[in-house]
Amino acid sequence: MAKPKVAFYWCASCGGCEETVVDLAEAILDVAAAVDIVFWPVALDFKRKDVEAMDDRSLAVTFLNGAIRTSEQEEMAHLLRKRSGLLVAFGSCSHLGGIPGLANLFDRESILKTVYLNAPSDVNPGKTVPAMHYCDNGHALELPHFQSSVKTLDQVVEVDYYVPGCPPTPRILKKAVQTLLGADLPPKGTVLAPGAALCEECPRQDSKPEKLAIAEFRRPTQIVADEQTCLLAQGLLCMGPATRAGCEALCVNGNMPCTGCCGPTSRVQDQGAKILSCMASLIESKDDAGIDRALDAIPDPVGTFYRYGLPGSMLRQKRSNGVQVSK
Amino acid sequence: MRNRQLARAPVSPETFEPRIVAFFCNWCTYLAADLAGTSRMKHAPNVRVVRLMCSGRLDPQFVLDAFAQGADGVLIGGCHPGDCHYQEGNYKTLRRYHLLKRLLQQMGIEEERCRLEWISAAEGDRVRSTINDMVEKVRALGPLHFNVEREDIEEEVTV
Repeated sequence: MAKPKVAFYWCASCGGCEETVVDLAEAILDVAAAVDIVFWPVALDFKRKDVEAMDDRSLAVTFLNGAIRTSEQEEMAHLLRKRSGLLVAFGSCSHLGGIPGLANLFDRESILKTVYLNAPSDVNPGKTVPAMHYCDNGHALELPHFQSSVKTLDQVVEVDYYVPGCPPTPRILKKAVQTLLGADLPPKGTVLAPGAALCEECPRQDSKPEKLAIAEFRRPTQIVADEQTCLLAQGLLCMGPATRAGCEALCVNGNMPCTGCCGPTSRVQDQGAKILSCMASLIESKDDAGIDRALDAIPDPVGTFYRYGLPGSMLRQKRSNGVQVSK
Repeated sequence: MRNRQLARAPVSPETFEPRIVAFFCNWCTYLAADLAGTSRMKHAPNVRVVRLMCSGRLDPQFVLDAFAQGADGVLIGGCHPGDCHYQEGNYKTLRRYHLLKRLLQQMGIEEERCRLEWISAAEGDRVRSTINDMVEKVRALGPLHFNVEREDIEEEVTV
């Protein structure tokens, strides 16, 4: 029997999700024994035309990481959707938008200006910015469109399953592959990780006080955190209470607070709103001035609470004062 | 595919009527709204009231969802500090409101579009004046249009 064909692809991402596949270490041999990897641009020399030549649904599973920002990424998402039986959004960026999704706080013009013209590290005397069409000596070059927002994969095509994490841990990936190759597939749209909050599997759970009251939020650079005590109880913004479990509390085990990469738990739609609700209600003060003083320690609420999920949140992107056209 | 339900088409500024979603607590502000009704007070008809047992039940998701689905403003009403039927609920609301306001401001939503008021069961007139005042302020701001999908602009960006 022919082995099921599997593809890996990346869009707006950093490559960390590909690293997870490599981090499977010897377990990658089991994966390679069970499936044929037929498309994986980061590691194997196959091109888009090879995917175009395939039959529809001939790929058993495609793991696609990265958010969708350019027209080329959107085209590849559509192409791989057509060629795949199952499409898996792999990692925070394709699941919820990820770190690149924070670009939804800015419009296209200011992004290009900052990156190519105004950044202190820029050396760009010719003031060159990327252009979609470029002609030099009769050679025409085309670049993909830089779209007006960062999107999650499921805002562009149908997605069957989600694998969370920035990046997903090798253990999460291994379990996901086992699930997908198994006989009983979970319902479409399932996030392939536990549904509960990270606190449930946190080794410091027992040290979390029954009633928490935070007088002052602290940042990891401001204190030397005790290695046994609940980080929230030490005033650190730990996103554990509103973040999906599955990573085995890797960051907490490194004595750093959870930053929320696994997204919302199974019963929550908007992770940022939930963690906001949790953090704010822990503040000790009961008056406006005291509350504001405590909140001054969170200078960037969107970047803190939606670090990995702005495009997948309820509001998706900053309101623009420019033209907004209904689709 | 996860696509936003468009609750409302874009409206022109001339025909704009603000849509305000109000979350009132069962024990104080909702009773005050009831009192305003039985006292035949008239207020602007732009508010849709959702009754919660306590303003502390207000999940910030409710507010974001209201904006995402086409509300132009959100009004939250609870018992005065110290008067909460559940003792501490309104303090939690107050803390969340302060943080939520900072978040909304980062997302480009003006401060006046999300308002918290303490209104006791006896203050029917305060319901009337608060609603009228908020409707006028939001009318002046214009439609929020958060629920409108942005078109993927295909032209070149010029910087």
